[in-house]
Amino acid sequence: MISFVIYKFVVCVIVFGLSLAVAAYSTWWERKLSALLQDRIGPNRAGPFGLLQPLADGGKMFFKEEIIPNVSNKFLFILGPSLFMLTALMTGSVIPWGKSFTTEAGNTYSFQITDISIGVLYLFGVVSIGVYGIMIGGWASNNKFALLGAIRASSQMISYEIAMGISVIALIVTSGGTLSLSEIVEQQDAGFANIVWQPLGFLIFFICALAETNRAPFDLPECESELVGGYHTEYSSMKLGLFLFAEYINMFISSAIMAAFYFGGYNFPWAHELYQTLGLHDGSVWISIIGFGAFFTKICIFISVFMWVRWTLPRFRYDQLMHLGWKILLPLSLLNLAITVVVEYFRGNIHL
Amino acid sequence: MQLTNRSKVVSDKVQTGMEKMYLPAILKGMMITASHIFKRRPTIKYPEHTRKMSAVYRGLHVLKRDEKGAERCTACGLCAVACPAEAITMESAERKKGEESLYREEKYARVYEINMLRCIFCGLCEEACPKEAIFLTDRIVDTEYEREDFIYGKDKLVEKIDKPIDVSKRQTLAVTEFKKIPGLKHNAVWEGNRLDRKSN
Repeated sequence: MISFVIYKFVVCVIVFGLSLAVAAYSTWWERKLSALLQDRIGPNRAGPFGLLQPLADGGKMFFKEEIIPNVSNKFLFILGPSLFMLTALMTGSVIPWGKSFTTEAGNTYSFQITDISIGVLYLFGVVSIGVYGIMIGGWASNNKFALLGAIRASSQMISYEIAMGISVIALIVTSGGTLSLSEIVEQQDAGFANIVWQPLGFLIFFICALAETNRAPFDLPECESELVGGYHTEYSSMKLGLFLFAEYINMFISSAIMAAFYFGGYNFPWAHELYQTLGLHDGSVWISIIGFGAFFTKICIFISVFMWVRWTLPRFRYDQLMHLGWKILLPLSLLNLAITVVVEYFRGNIHL
Repeated sequence: MQLTNRSKVVSDKVQTGMEKMYLPAILKGMMITASHIFKRRPTIKYPEHTRKMSAVYRGLHVLKRDEKGAERCTACGLCAVACPAEAITMESAERKKGEESLYREEKYARVYEINMLRCIFCGLCEEACPKEAIFLTDRIVDTEYEREDFIYGKDKLVEKIDKPIDVSKRQTLAVTEFKKIPGLKHNAVWEGNRLDRKSN
């Protein structure tokens, strides 16, 4: 029992540290990739290839002057970024990072903080709480621009959550009605990855994920040309840092969710053949680690695609954003759900 | 009436279904940005590498000395007249006995100032100078905190005796040949020519 608690504690710390590290290096990679796409060199002064840049940025954030506006609600002003960061970190807890392994004593450990049976529901719940962080922060600033940014963020996240949710319902229908993330990933071990059955669903999910994480081309909440800085206009120092950092953590987690839902998570083609040639038996810790490597590679690719999209596309106009969300993605996701249900019914997987 | 063939006919055709989807266009755009990953970067990593300077770069001025270390400038004021930015001012003085090693001729510039904020580095002063006294060099004017500090006096402009500044690249053959033409009045006092004229 004690070993179980210690193990879970260690996994928590690792996931927490991993989220922070990946978010930090996402900022570096964002700058590096944008430079690559624009014929520049990017950060190259702090350490080799500028690899110490995140440390320098973080240090800079901490040492900046911290300004809390006099007319703001101080409690809510501090609560906003804290809540945003908290929810961003909480989402990582249900993601299965690798296959579970068995020790010689016969104990099974999973590469997951907690495998709750309603993982998908938990994920959506936490993500929708995330909008409170932005909303509270923007409102507490007592600044018109911040409020406008916050309103944009909340309306955008609510609009796109619907299409996202429906596309995930279609996914759940194909994977036999389970809401547990580890089961969804495990099912893709035997057959194909879900992208084969749900290409349209993945496309909708991907577009919604861009909107959910406030990434370009849906970064209207922090649209500099119209709203100064959007919801974080009044923020400075590490509170601003938390907002920016949480955005990258959200990006990391949504990449992880996409990889787990649609691209098989820690599974990869010819995994079993590879394990056989390496002479690894089921339950070996090395299988878990190799699987985690595959999962992490997929996540990195998704993060890069997020950035690639950002540095290619210009920002949407607000009415275009709403038009896309309500009039295109929502009907499309409903259509996708209907088709999925009909197909699954005729395959005999759904019983009325 | 059509004047040229360069005008383009504007159409307001309705988007086709493919175009309305935007996805093909987005993919095309992403391919364009991705292709830039493999392009050559024009950046010069400055402190380690510097841009190659032209051999005839026009930077900070120098007031030359002659072979014996005496100042060439005679404060004739031609550079100040030629200067389009009116950046040059000078005061002349008469050479005293015993100062022959300092100043080449009887008249010299007691004060010679160039305002580096006014100067446009066109090089006309250099062209106007009959004494080959002023040259633009490949040195760059330093940054300063005060405007006054940009007014360079003789202390900064005149080359140090022990550290002569090479201006051979800016002494083009055409100019040196031109300045040797004996018939031109301003060349009459040029040292090399003086002997020629006497012998004539």
